[in-house]
Amino acid sequence: MSTIAMGRGAPGKRWVNGLAVYAVLYLVFIYVPVLFLPLFSFNDSIYVAFPLKGFTLAWYGKMANSPGLIAALSNSVRVGATVAVISTIFGTLAAKAVTRYRLPGRGATVGFIMLPLVIPGIIMGIALLLLANFVGVKLSLFTIGLGHMLVTVPFAMLVMISRLEGFDKNLEEASLDLGENGWTTFWRVTFPLAIPGLIASLLLTFTISFDEFILAFFLAGTDVTLPIYIWSQLRFPAKLPSVLALGACILAASFVLVTFAEWFRRRGVQVKTTSGV
Amino acid sequence: MSERVVGSGAYDKKAPTGLRARIRALALRSEAFRGFSLLSPTLGFMILVLAIPVAILVAFSFWTQVYLDFDKTFTLSNYIAYFQKPIYNKLLWKSIRISGSVTIATVVLAYPMAYFIAFKVKKQKLVWLILITVPFWTSYLLRVFAWKIILGYNGVINSGLGSLGLIKEPLQFLLYNPAAVVITLAHAWAAFAILPIYVSLEKIDRSLLEAATDLGDGPAIRFLRVTLPLSMPGVIAASLLVFIPTVGDYVTPKLVGGTTGIMIGNVIQSMFGKANNWPMGAALSVISMLVITLLVTAFLWFTKRVRKGVA
Repeated sequence: MSTIAMGRGAPGKRWVNGLAVYAVLYLVFIYVPVLFLPLFSFNDSIYVAFPLKGFTLAWYGKMANSPGLIAALSNSVRVGATVAVISTIFGTLAAKAVTRYRLPGRGATVGFIMLPLVIPGIIMGIALLLLANFVGVKLSLFTIGLGHMLVTVPFAMLVMISRLEGFDKNLEEASLDLGENGWTTFWRVTFPLAIPGLIASLLLTFTISFDEFILAFFLAGTDVTLPIYIWSQLRFPAKLPSVLALGACILAASFVLVTFAEWFRRRGVQVKTTSGV
Repeated sequence: MSERVVGSGAYDKKAPTGLRARIRALALRSEAFRGFSLLSPTLGFMILVLAIPVAILVAFSFWTQVYLDFDKTFTLSNYIAYFQKPIYNKLLWKSIRISGSVTIATVVLAYPMAYFIAFKVKKQKLVWLILITVPFWTSYLLRVFAWKIILGYNGVINSGLGSLGLIKEPLQFLLYNPAAVVITLAHAWAAFAILPIYVSLEKIDRSLLEAATDLGDGPAIRFLRVTLPLSMPGVIAASLLVFIPTVGDYVTPKLVGGTTGIMIGNVIQSMFGKANNWPMGAALSVISMLVITLLVTAFLWFTKRVRKGVA
């Protein structure tokens, strides 16, 4: 624990150590439950129970041969990629508007866009289902995508706001004063500086959409996404181990994507503190 | 794009009189106009997928279901049904109690962790923050499902204790009850509580803490009088971010709640499924939203008063 600064006196030191122990236990609490999924996906038994029987990759083979899985996977990737690109564009435009211009009613507008973060998912799902029904749009991957963007646009905007606030506004103004027009300034100054934020936003919004179940459940037509496919498989105990294998794969993929995204995003925040803004 | 620099600060700091004031007003207006035109796609989209659907939801709650169609004459019958059948009201308040317990558990468990990262970790804050955040972005469904595996009749705990010889019969009280729902949700929403608390702790001016120490406060008193009050905005934000979304959850109660752990979200969901009564489901959603909003307003008012009282 070399990263932890120790207190001066002995009681302080003990207290800090106690806090460090707590922090490690907390990480265990966060991580261990989820790790049971991959653990039992390699277990050579149809029952998800101790003692472990032996190592097998059979469930992964079974999973790969499940009908419907590949279709659901490709649906999820298509929805996720589309949602990521569109919500990052929306989020970036909005973030630029609120960080670069003085807007009357700024707080209320931002508050409105952030509302989905504090509305129960089920209510948003139902409201969109009713909209689709009212307008006469058939439920499909398109309606799932719309539902996901309701959640991903605020996240994309948050990520982009923290990135755009993080670099010096004067860089853009300098470019304009040196005679570049708004468009070249955007491409030669704003865009390169915003890239880490854009990548973080794309990765995060893709992952949110890829893993989202609560809204998608109400908005799905005949084509389903991966979480809905998993939900439908949970009813069959015999399929449990291959669902665990699928879950382990999804967790691993989400984990890698999100770690990258967070790394990019937080690195952006660090730039902010060093540039003294 | 010739009006680029107007209103950017340096040009209009002097007292706004006469022509200058008018130019300034014009600049502000054009700045606001440009800002809003940049904002308009996002704002328009959010109105389309948030404001309009919620308006339709409210409208639906005053209609009635006729087999597969809807009778669109205005009626309060869904709201009357809510008060006539005590089960709805009971479930809503049970959901609020469960989410309240989840919120308290999550915030209390998260606070020391956030405190640790903000004050005790010096160099590797980034690593800790990423470690905390990453599991939160991964599949909600799978994180909830993991607890079903852990707490189940033949699950991890029961089979583990059994194979160690500590228990003969599997413990039945682990799964399918409100406590299982609380544990599962407290785990699933952990990161949502840590981050806002961390941010508010990180913002605290360290010289205030030094001042408190210099004036003779011990660590405990200093925490209670300086650190805790200053971190309250984060605690409040964390509470709302956990409480509001969990009230309507239907996945967790369905997977680990059993019959006694059912929440209002399950009933609303069934109205759009087996029960097939969309307007009643809409009315239940509207009532839930109203009650949640009232509770949150009361909570904010109360915390504001307490903070004023302390200061």
